[in-house]
Amino acid sequence: MSEAEAPEDDAGVVAAILAAIAAREPLSISGNDGKRSMLRPVQAARGLSGRNLSGITLHSPAELVISARAGTPVPVIEAALAEHGQHLVAEPPDLGRLLGTVAPATLGGMVAANLSGPRRIAGGAMRDHVLGVRAVNGEGTIIHSGGRVLKNVTGLDLCKLLAGSFGTLAVMTEITLKVLPAPESTATLAIPNLDPAQGVAALAASLGSPFGVSGAAYLPAAAAARVPELGAVGEGVALARIENFASSVAYRAGRLAAGLDRFGQSRLVEDEVSRAIWRAIRDAVPLAAGEEEAVWRVSVRPSAAPGLVHALAAADARWFLDWGGGLVWIAAPAEAHSHQAISAAVTAAGGTWILLRAPEALRAGLDVLPPPSPVLARLTRRVKSAFDPHGILNPGRMYAGV
Amino acid sequence: MTIQPEPKEDILARREEIVAGLKEVAGESAVIAEPVRLRAYETDGMPSYRQPPLAVALPETTEQVAAILRFCHANGVRVVPRGAGTSLSGGALPLADAVVVGLMRMNRILSIDYADRVATVQAGVTNLAITGAVAQEGFFYAPDPSSQLACMIGGNIAMNSGGAHCLKYGVTANNVLGLKIVTIEGEIVTLGGAHLDAAGYDWLGILIGSEGQLAIVTEVTVRILRAAEGARAMLAAFASNEVAGAAVAAIIGSGVIPVALEFMDKPAIHACEAFAHAGYPLDAEAMLIVEVEGSEAEQDELLGRLEAIIRRFDPLSLKVATSAEESAAIWKGRKGAFGAIGRISPDYLCMDGVIPTSQLPAVLGRIGEMSREYGLAVANIFHAGDGNLHPLIMFDANDARSLAKAEEFGAEILKLCVAVGGCLTGEHGVGIEKRDLMPVQFSASDLDQQRRVKSAFDPDWLLNPSKVFPLAPPPILKAA
Repeated sequence: MSEAEAPEDDAGVVAAILAAIAAREPLSISGNDGKRSMLRPVQAARGLSGRNLSGITLHSPAELVISARAGTPVPVIEAALAEHGQHLVAEPPDLGRLLGTVAPATLGGMVAANLSGPRRIAGGAMRDHVLGVRAVNGEGTIIHSGGRVLKNVTGLDLCKLLAGSFGTLAVMTEITLKVLPAPESTATLAIPNLDPAQGVAALAASLGSPFGVSGAAYLPAAAAARVPELGAVGEGVALARIENFASSVAYRAGRLAAGLDRFGQSRLVEDEVSRAIWRAIRDAVPLAAGEEEAVWRVSVRPSAAPGLVHALAAADARWFLDWGGGLVWIAAPAEAHSHQAISAAVTAAGGTWILLRAPEALRAGLDVLPPPSPVLARLTRRVKSAFDPHGILNPGRMYAGV
Repeated sequence: MTIQPEPKEDILARREEIVAGLKEVAGESAVIAEPVRLRAYETDGMPSYRQPPLAVALPETTEQVAAILRFCHANGVRVVPRGAGTSLSGGALPLADAVVVGLMRMNRILSIDYADRVATVQAGVTNLAITGAVAQEGFFYAPDPSSQLACMIGGNIAMNSGGAHCLKYGVTANNVLGLKIVTIEGEIVTLGGAHLDAAGYDWLGILIGSEGQLAIVTEVTVRILRAAEGARAMLAAFASNEVAGAAVAAIIGSGVIPVALEFMDKPAIHACEAFAHAGYPLDAEAMLIVEVEGSEAEQDELLGRLEAIIRRFDPLSLKVATSAEESAAIWKGRKGAFGAIGRISPDYLCMDGVIPTSQLPAVLGRIGEMSREYGLAVANIFHAGDGNLHPLIMFDANDARSLAKAEEFGAEILKLCVAVGGCLTGEHGVGIEKRDLMPVQFSASDLDQQRRVKSAFDPDWLLNPSKVFPLAPPPILKAA
């Protein structure tokens, strides 16, 4: 593929799409191209990047909204929010290290992949905070959905459909997000010496408490060893985060520790150390995926996680849990048989998976997402056709032939 | 008045055959066809519009829903899904040639799982019944529309319902993890489940809030949350809407997000006080109800911070509840608001526009001017934290001119909401009420894209037609 075209405005995006339609050549859609090792490789003669569609266009802290053009780097948005004591609720991960890229993720890329971090368990996913989108569909037509207000049920919510569609439906050019005040203070309760079943039970108890736990992870010993702040953890450690104003954090941590004492002695990790631990969990650092390994991101019913990770032992896989057990990060040899074993185990557990990182040859020949049922496959093709009737936007990125 | 499409003559002519066919696929007891019994389904929470349907089907299982839809699809019969019929936008208004598929008999709670914090229920379970089923363990289902005693979760899915507490807990779309749906072709599809992230396109996201345009929902898996230790409210009265609006902006900008932040203007205060005797300040032009959650000490801390902010705006009075009873008293008037307005004026339109919160004072000022221009009283009650306005326009339904004026006034308010950067509806849905206003908010291309998504699910436009989108021939998708 030649160098991607990177227009500086919507008109340029429209022109690039119209040119691709005229030439009958599909387009590979990207931001800073950091997620090219996710999902299926796109066979496209042309590239279209949103990276030059950059800049914050609206930030109204008292209205809890920020709008930015889709190519704006996520760290730029985070810095602007931080100036006003605010943050991105879904805590999107920085997967640069995992995906082997240097350039920061763009807002458009983060929304297109619907990537959420640890706070997803309490605050919702990236897609939950997308209030409005401007985009160009596969016919080169500019479309809007949603707006800049916090509540909006006017018409079909195309924002949600575009979030997580990996550039296969439309090229987003501007996105408006709901944001919230960042917590004044944070602390984490660490309970060591737990096996996966005990760990998930401890996390369920903490998430079922009235203390607003906003992060709930379980790291087996090998994963915990990658996070030096944790120290010795025995077989594994359950981590429950509280975020609030300072006196509340102290109170809640105390009450939570008392409520969890049947799981053993807990340790309180405060402020900067707590933040460092959750940054590592957010970015999948504890997985320590090797160069030669593939990485899967799995979503299951939390109580199914202990059984699932037990089954993974047969696949020579390493893992850790976030979202109270509901998110399973997995690294295993980049081999078709590992993929079969992992996807079968996840399917048996009633969950879903994304092949997040793998060599191109492997990704091209496998399902990178669970294959949809015949009805959903038909709806997928029809929705794709409703946005991109010529099939030129990121064809094959999610499913072969779509 | 909103125009409805002409019924299909051939369907009306085949009425008896269609009723017989429905009885064959769904069972005798699941079908209503006697004209007198159809009257019960002729309208919903927007009673200015009435139209008895061709027939009503009341399935008890997902399989029955599938059989009914397969039959309707094969026969080209339009379908109007219905929950409790509490829609304020005419979302469940029948058509003369349509079969109403009512989900009220599907009212079982199927499973509750506290460890995974999810409950799976049938679409006809009421919103409040979900919380009722999990409250003994200290849990609740977060979205709390005012109609929660009656409205059903299937209807909440259709409208993406909100409520007073969505500033903190989000709306329906943020609290649903799984759906079982039936397509117009009669196929049963399971979406999501008890896990947080679903793979593939965001089917839940596009279905929730789709107003019955895409499929019929029969089962729902919702998140249940552990309730906070306690909650307490405060009431602040202000000398003007402007000052109250500025206080709202200062509160949200301060970093303290209350669980609820409700605004009432003078007409609303007076109506609610006369009805509920809640001790509301009758000298005030505007008042705020602010609620926080947590332990007693946490509530004290947050209420203290909020009080300090509000004091900067010279409140006429400020009452901080010191107990659950005092909190309940503060909420009493607000919760009875619709009944209170109903006492002053038996007929009112409840609007549902949303504005950027910075526009509150200007928009309220303009609504006041319009009220005088139209000669119709209006009371404003709304969720201030998220800018969701509920102006209640009072009129006389026995006077056709009065209704027409009220509708025109309402439309002007919604156009104003869009003009200042907001939207037509925050939680009630478009229905038929706002269908013809859609071009105010959306360009032709925007609407065309939404209509094409509708065609992807329902190529023949049989599902809840004539709602949401201005009447126009359905777009035909390229074969996929």
